[in-house]
Amino acid sequence: MLSKGLKRKREEEEEKEHLAVDAWWLDPGHASVAQAPPAVASSSLFDLSVLKLHHSLQQSEPDLRHLVLVVNTLRRIQASMAPAAALPPVPSPPAAPSVADNLLASSDAALSASMASLLEDLSHIEGLSQAPQPLADEGPPGRSIGGAAPSLGALDLLGPATGCLLDDGLEGLFEDIDTSMYDNELWAPASEGLKPGPEDGPGKEEAPELDEAELDYLMDVLVGTQALERPPGPGR
Amino acid sequence: MYSKLHENNLNFPFTGGGNDIQWCFSQVKGAVDDDVAEADIISTVEFNHSGELLATGDKGGRVVIFQQEQENKIQSHSRGEYNVYSTFQSHEPEFDYLKSLEIEEKINKIRWLPQKNAAQFLLSTNDKTIKLWKISERDKRPEGYNLKEEDGRYRDPTTVTTLRVPVFRPMDLMVEASPRRIFANAHTYHINSISINSDYETYLSADDLRINLWHLEITDRSFNIVDIKPANMEELTEVITAAEFHPNSCNTFVYSSSKGTIRLCDMRASALCDRHSKLFEEPEDPSNRSFFSEIISSISDVKFSHSGRYMMTRDYLSVKIWDLNMENRPVETYQVHEYLRSKLCSLYENDCIFDKFECCWNGSDSVVMTGSYNNFFRMFDRNTKRDITLEASRENNKPRTVLKPRKVCASGKRKKDEISVDSLDFNKKILHTAWHPKENIIAVATTNNLYIFQDKVN
Repeated sequence: MLSKGLKRKREEEEEKEHLAVDAWWLDPGHASVAQAPPAVASSSLFDLSVLKLHHSLQQSEPDLRHLVLVVNTLRRIQASMAPAAALPPVPSPPAAPSVADNLLASSDAALSASMASLLEDLSHIEGLSQAPQPLADEGPPGRSIGGAAPSLGALDLLGPATGCLLDDGLEGLFEDIDTSMYDNELWAPASEGLKPGPEDGPGKEEAPELDEAELDYLMDVLVGTQALERPPGPGR
Repeated sequence: MYSKLHENNLNFPFTGGGNDIQWCFSQVKGAVDDDVAEADIISTVEFNHSGELLATGDKGGRVVIFQQEQENKIQSHSRGEYNVYSTFQSHEPEFDYLKSLEIEEKINKIRWLPQKNAAQFLLSTNDKTIKLWKISERDKRPEGYNLKEEDGRYRDPTTVTTLRVPVFRPMDLMVEASPRRIFANAHTYHINSISINSDYETYLSADDLRINLWHLEITDRSFNIVDIKPANMEELTEVITAAEFHPNSCNTFVYSSSKGTIRLCDMRASALCDRHSKLFEEPEDPSNRSFFSEIISSISDVKFSHSGRYMMTRDYLSVKIWDLNMENRPVETYQVHEYLRSKLCSLYENDCIFDKFECCWNGSDSVVMTGSYNNFFRMFDRNTKRDITLEASRENNKPRTVLKPRKVCASGKRKKDEISVDSLDFNKKILHTAWHPKENIIAVATTNNLYIFQDKVN
């Protein structure tokens, strides 16, 4: 269970490392850095990107270019937000597995899995057979953690930061995420395509609150203390 | 150090050097009011091979073709005006029942075929279906039928006592557009490009992940020549953004990607051109790196020069000219609106950073043009290295009024007549521009208006 201690450390580190995080991508000597948005924009940029991603995925037929560019940008932002210790100070992906990687792997897979499964659906539309996925294409109440790590390494969107925000910020984190995509009916075996549909889920446009049971469940999923298997629906 | 060779200069009035063009307003087409109807948004502009015809496509699936008047040029003060020649509904909205998706009727691209007979042919495409349209003129009609009255009613056969041969009589010109071929069901993803091969028999169509080769006569079959779809969609990191056939080599084409790369492929090498013959990519400037580096490197348009020696690419902030013989960097780079580099975060927020600007060459490949925001468009003279910013606005709409160059003030004190970056209207974007293949006539599309500018004729 991630403790408050870890969270405090993260905060301190965040303050100290902001400049370093910026330096990751920007040469401090360059004029554009002087005008660069304040370091705290990194996390708002992250939120913005997650919002864009959700909005993109909510389209009945997402603009693939927009989606791919937002995802790639989100990866960059996420990589820069990870604790500096876990990542080498060169602008290249860390080669060696580390504690951070494990955290990344076991972090909230719900969002990334939803995205992954939606991208999966894009290919299923064609009727092409796919290699069987360890993950079912349902929302959080069926997530297999073991399967998440290898296939989603590239797509994990919420890093250790999520775990650190567990105590206070989980609801805030999910506040602006439309959880209608987590509705089971959306991922019923009979459904095809990635139409979320305005009729699915409560209040698409407003920010739905997670109820306690869902919150508990998500927390369990995040810390990897529970791994539920749910067999994939037919045709997947 | 790369030294630029002079390519063949066709005999155009504007060859660069000291004779700078003076651009004048000529015409504007479209609704006057600011309330833009969604269907009227112009989505593509294209001159035909002679320049006599100018086609536009819009979000409502309509194609409007303008024809240049063949005026007596000694008498006139300007080149012929463009007037509406034909209007037709090319694509209708469709509903894909299997996937529960609506398919937009917006015309993404129009490409003209070279004229072989009296009729004109063009390809138009929306996200999923390409259509070959025949545009033909009818200025005569047969009169004097034996069994029919002039209004079409049948005559009582008993009243027919003589036999006559119907003759053709002149009539008011009628321009008819008819769909001759429909190329459907070959694209799972959204079509972004079509390009006609120099053999004039085949053409390619490209979507986000695949490129297909068609024969113009055959609609029930197409060949897949590029497929970048990963086995596992979760691994998708790059999409195809544009594709074009080489103007002279019928076996060569290029396609650009969202990561800023251009791949040149030779269809003789293999049936599936997944392995490129050449890969054009400029290494990232480390001093300019940011979270948005990839987005702004995404190529929105690629166009070969008429000569076929060069190709031009448009990314968010610049236009680059590539020599096909040099893959590691472009030979020329022109900054379109560098002042936006410090605003990328806001432009990401309002999604403007994803806008796809097109670019075009003039007939002699000496000048390139592209659009920007605030209804500005830019031209770069490759010979003189001079550039100019002009505005498409109804304020300058007196014919033969020379357009005043515009300047954006990036920072610091704003001079008179300059516009500050913060006053730019990012809703007024010029994404589509076209240059007459032979003359200095340009067509510039704002959101719902088409502007035609010409160089000043003395």
